[in-house]
Amino acid sequence: MSVNIAILLSLLAASLWTVLTRSLLRSAIGLALTSAILTILMIRLDSSLAAVFELSVCTGLISVLFISTISLTHPLTRKEILAHMRERRARFWFLPFLLIALGVILSLLKIKPPIDLPAPEAVKEARNVLWSLRQVDVMGQIIVLLTGVFGVVILFKERVKK
Amino acid sequence: MSNGVLGVLWPFSLFIIMLSVVGLYCVLVTRNLIRALIGLELLFKAVTLLLVTVGYVTYHAALAQALVITLIVIEVVVMTVAVGVVLGIRSYNESLDTRRIRNLKG
Repeated sequence: MSVNIAILLSLLAASLWTVLTRSLLRSAIGLALTSAILTILMIRLDSSLAAVFELSVCTGLISVLFISTISLTHPLTRKEILAHMRERRARFWFLPFLLIALGVILSLLKIKPPIDLPAPEAVKEARNVLWSLRQVDVMGQIIVLLTGVFGVVILFKERVKK
Repeated sequence: MSNGVLGVLWPFSLFIIMLSVVGLYCVLVTRNLIRALIGLELLFKAVTLLLVTVGYVTYHAALAQALVITLIVIEVVVMTVAVGVVLGIRSYNESLDTRRIRNLKG
C-alpha cells in the first residue's frame, strides 16, 4: 500500500509540475510523465491491457501531438516572456496551497463510502468483455474514430482559390 | 469482500479528487489554449484512474479495462480535433491567448 501511496504522490507531483511549469514543451513532457506514472499504477491494479493502451496512446501519441502543435506555434519574445511570467505567478501561486489544504481536510475526514459490492465478474479477460459483452462500445469507438478523422479532414481542408 | 481491497478506495479517491482539482484549475485559470487542453488531459487521467480503481475494488477489472480503452479512444479523438481547432484559431488570430479571440463574441 505504501508503494501505491508513493506512486500516487509522484503522479500528483508530475501533474502539478505539468501545470506550474512556464514552458509549454516542459508541460507536454510533464503530461507524458504523468501518463507513464499512471501506467505503473494501472499495472499494479490488475489492468495490464488498459495500461499498455495508456502507455502507447497517451504517453506516446498524445505527447507527439502536443509537441508537434507547440512546434507549429511561434515562441514569445523576451519582453513577452517576462510579462507572461509575472502574470502566471499571480494566477498559479494559489494552486499548491489549495492542494495541501484539500489533502489535509480530506485525509482528516476519512470517509468510508457505503458500497454494496457486486458479485465478482464471470468473464475475467478484458478482451472477452470487449468483444462479447461490450460490442456496442466497439461500434461506438469506430464511429468516434471516424468522426475524428472527418473532423480533422474538414479542419485542414485546403480552401479553393477563386 | 476483504477490507484490504476496500481500504485502497479512500486513499485513491483522495488523490483522484486532487488530480481533478489540478486539471480543473488549469482549465479555468489558464489563458493559453494548449495549456487548457493539457488541463483537460489531466481530467481524463483522473477519470481513468477512477475507473481502474473502482474496477480493482469491485473485482470487475476486466469491465473497467474495457471502459478505459473506450475512454482512451475518445480522449485521442477529442485531443486531435481540439488541436486542429487550436491550430486553426492560431493561424487566424496569430495568438493562442484566449483574450485575443473575439471572433465568436456575440
